[in-house]
Amino acid sequence: MSLDIMTTTVRMPKLGESVVEGKIGRWLKQVGDAVREFEPLLEVETDKVTTEVTATTAGTLLQLLHPEGAIVPVDTPIALIGSAGAEKSLAPAEAVARTIAVDQARSPLAARATGQSWVSPVVGRMAAEHGIDLSNVAGTGEGGRVTKKDILAFLKTRAVTVPAPTDELAAWEQPGTGELFRPSEEQPGTPVSAPPASNSTAGETIPLTAMRRAIAEHMVRSVSASPHVTTVFDVDLSRVVAHRQANKAAYARDGVNLTYTPYFVGAIAAGLKRHPAVNSSWANNAVRLHKPVNIGVAVSLGEDGLIVPVIRDADALNLLGLARAVNDLAERARRRQLKPDETQGGTFTLTNHGTSGSLFATPIINQPQCAILAAGKIEKRVLVVTHDGVDSVAIKTMCFMGLTFDHRMLDGASADAFMSTVKAVLEGWV
Amino acid sequence: MDTQTPAIADPPAETLAEMYAMLILARKLDERCWILHRQGKIGFHISGMGHEAAQVGIVWAMRRGYDLLHPYYRDLAMVLACGMSPTDVLLGSFGRQGDPSSGGRQMPNHYCYKPGNVFSVSSPVGTQLPQAAGLALAEQLSGGDRVVVTCVGEGSTSEGDFHEALVWAGVRKLPLVVVVENNEYAISVPMRQQMAIERVSERAGGYGVRGVSVDGLDMLASYRAAREAIDIARAGGGSTLLDARVVRLTPHSSDDNDATYRSAEEKIALKARDPLPRVRANLIARGALTEAQALDIEARALIEVDAAHRAAEAAPYPPNAWALGPVFA
Amino acid sequence: MADKTLIEGIREALDEEMARDPRVFVVGTDVGPRGGVFLATQGLFAKYGPKRILDAPLAESSIIGIGIGAAMNGLRPVCEIQFADFIHPAYNQIANEAARMYYRTGGQYPVPMVIRAPYGGGVGGGLYHSQSIEATFAHVPGIKVVVPSTPADAKGLLKSAIRDGNPVLYLEPKKGYRMIKGEIPPGDYSVPIGVARVSRAGADLSIFAYGMMHYFALQAATDAAALGIDAEVVDLRSLSPLDTEAVLASVRKTGKALIVYEDNKFVGYGAEVAALISEEAFESLDAPILRVAGPDAPAAPYSHPLQEYFMVNPKTILAGIRKLAAY
Repeated sequence: MSLDIMTTTVRMPKLGESVVEGKIGRWLKQVGDAVREFEPLLEVETDKVTTEVTATTAGTLLQLLHPEGAIVPVDTPIALIGSAGAEKSLAPAEAVARTIAVDQARSPLAARATGQSWVSPVVGRMAAEHGIDLSNVAGTGEGGRVTKKDILAFLKTRAVTVPAPTDELAAWEQPGTGELFRPSEEQPGTPVSAPPASNSTAGETIPLTAMRRAIAEHMVRSVSASPHVTTVFDVDLSRVVAHRQANKAAYARDGVNLTYTPYFVGAIAAGLKRHPAVNSSWANNAVRLHKPVNIGVAVSLGEDGLIVPVIRDADALNLLGLARAVNDLAERARRRQLKPDETQGGTFTLTNHGTSGSLFATPIINQPQCAILAAGKIEKRVLVVTHDGVDSVAIKTMCFMGLTFDHRMLDGASADAFMSTVKAVLEGWV
Repeated sequence: MDTQTPAIADPPAETLAEMYAMLILARKLDERCWILHRQGKIGFHISGMGHEAAQVGIVWAMRRGYDLLHPYYRDLAMVLACGMSPTDVLLGSFGRQGDPSSGGRQMPNHYCYKPGNVFSVSSPVGTQLPQAAGLALAEQLSGGDRVVVTCVGEGSTSEGDFHEALVWAGVRKLPLVVVVENNEYAISVPMRQQMAIERVSERAGGYGVRGVSVDGLDMLASYRAAREAIDIARAGGGSTLLDARVVRLTPHSSDDNDATYRSAEEKIALKARDPLPRVRANLIARGALTEAQALDIEARALIEVDAAHRAAEAAPYPPNAWALGPVFA
Repeated sequence: MADKTLIEGIREALDEEMARDPRVFVVGTDVGPRGGVFLATQGLFAKYGPKRILDAPLAESSIIGIGIGAAMNGLRPVCEIQFADFIHPAYNQIANEAARMYYRTGGQYPVPMVIRAPYGGGVGGGLYHSQSIEATFAHVPGIKVVVPSTPADAKGLLKSAIRDGNPVLYLEPKKGYRMIKGEIPPGDYSVPIGVARVSRAGADLSIFAYGMMHYFALQAATDAAALGIDAEVVDLRSLSPLDTEAVLASVRKTGKALIVYEDNKFVGYGAEVAALISEEAFESLDAPILRVAGPDAPAAPYSHPLQEYFMVNPKTILAGIRKLAAY
């Protein structure tokens, strides 16, 4: 078949850092359809989310190169869009993409505007030349800024270390274990004998969905990696309740549903800024402190499971911003419209298990994070309050908040210090 | 050592496009096997990535399916060119009953395909060389005109069997081409520690056979060198030791950790020598292929590999009786 | 009919098979004009020429490797290894390649080849012209191992080996090349592989032997008869596959088993026969199974008295017979 007319090639996108291939779920357009730029062309499935991939140009859909259900590596051509008169652009598009990346790295003024530490001209140039994400570089300059020396030191370590096997490398670029003949029990293809039917009780065997399997694997891994310890605080939410009552309607007029979650996220963000040790990950016999504060909020998907979309740079958002983000992520999570990247990069997780009536819980840490905060049921309770040395009974709107933390990285004292800050922020909300 | 032969012409454009399609099919299938291994779906894979241009060039110089091929485990592109399908290869990788190489008895990539006159790959290296000499001897004794092509890595040229086979080849002027796919590493042992000479072809004179060195990253140079050697062998002019310099873009096998002996810089430099982009650009520049055709070929290869993957993964395992036989004919 | 020697039986088989089947050819060192160092191929080069009788370079691995290739490409090679002691460089090609080719290709590529090698001691050959190697190769599935001990069997077994269509190791007891004489039946006949032969019927005990030891066992049995011991002698002929039924039938009859082999005793071929008997004919046994075998020292020494002391002979076999009979 002849492909002499000018065509634009649609390629399988890289839908996340850890993604090397994608499965074509559903073609949303058929051969011969007119296609507008940014119009959804197909759905692509990864193991957690299904994402719409949009057309990169307008034209006529000429050819679908892979059927539904096909799994193709990232960057593979998957469709051809023809556009009479338009130049087929491969190289130019890539050049544009590269230019954009360089430009972004080269604007220190832009960085200054968002309140990050200042990037000097030489640091900006070197970062662009070497493709360095400055948030990965430890800054020793004034105010924690990254200096030229810091960049040089970073380059030295980067040159020496062999890139650790991550999913970013192609399969044949990832080193093997070096162990050739493992016991056959560890080899694939050993047909497992069916469980003896006579021993099982009456019932039904439900096969695992991809999500359930992923959750199961993650939970087992998390528990075996981290020594889990929980500390529980009782938080007086009176002021939060009052603030919410006073502002709910105004937020609703802006199209934002104000729940308790944004308050919790805000308090957590403040706590993480004050106690950076909690905003961390275990990294091969060292503790990595994260600069950004990315807070994940667990969203229940009913019987299907749960998912944790991440609010990036939560410390930079005010309550309205947080509320918007929470609404948007939760809504899209329930409609299964999250992008894979939106579940990545979290540095802390909040789970509002109290909405289903639970008082307090000891959740499992969302790896590779250091801790997870469980907010229990918000209810009125009777408390003893002391005023000028006199005890009396009061009715307060209280919430048990538990911090389950990885005891490799944190001790009880630092965990409690963090929780004390969170408690103080919530109890002193204005 | 050089015989006077007429200059070998390059194949016509349609053939070049076919050869390119084979390069891509081999590469895509190879990549899929690595992914399958890293996904834990197959137990082992040993690769030919970086060897494809030499293999496709050389195998196209044979009368495929007529001449005899006694390959080694990296010769994926060659066995595909001799009639094995991607499904055939993957049936072997998955150890399924329909595996034409061995019915699931041998490890992956131990090819054998009788309909294409492809002989059985073994694990002890170099054993194919005296056997290939024997195939050629039988051809010579019975007056046949088929040529035997056998392939081996440069590490295996240290084995006694390599030298013994070349003794036979030289003494009897066998219709044999011994291809050494020199990727400069035998697992982790570099060429410097495998031989005290610069090129394997230097050995040829010692056995009284023709020695030829070729850039194995150049598909057409490999084709021309192989074609000349095969023509000479077929005409009764004797054997050639054809040494093709290639690159091993991957670790030795799926379980090798080559970070222990190849630096990150070396691997980056190696990747830049990948023969496939060079062949692609070359074929487009000489008008044998358009950009659109190349993209079409690449897309089709993936479709074919996908289908082969599904088919092989769903295929049944061999019955237990196949573990015990057949022992005797 | 005049008696012929073992080597003549071998030569006749080669000659007749090469005449019958143009695919059969011989390859080995010195097999051509020299006729082989033991004259096994004497006269064949003149008769069949250099395309049927091939002198090989001195490289045992490739003699076998060449044979495998030729066998896979339509011919029927008979590869000669000059002495079994020199077969070891070819072990890789024999055990890893020839024996496994049919299995590993799922039956696509059979290897119809014969490997002939003179084996055994008692010829003044020292360490490297006296070895027995049958245990090593009988142990490998995928290759058959046969040992003639009469001229008639030498011819018949070699014909079967050449016609078998699989790798067959044909071991020739070199001490008996000219020493063992007997009648060779006329005409085209073959001795099937996997069938033993009772060469002397007896009632008191069963002697299992092969090669030169079978020849000596017959002598020892004659001497034993003079002492009133009636020994049955079974010539195994085929070591792999073994005629298990013949072995067990004999033991069930006599109740006593003596296994004789000249190879080093420990882990030698006779150990397998003993295991078979104890496993399958335990309730027929009236005495422990005895073995008379070579000492566990690295092969035969040269000096004449040392060699005679080392080698199993009719006297040591007789001692074993008497011990077993007395039990």
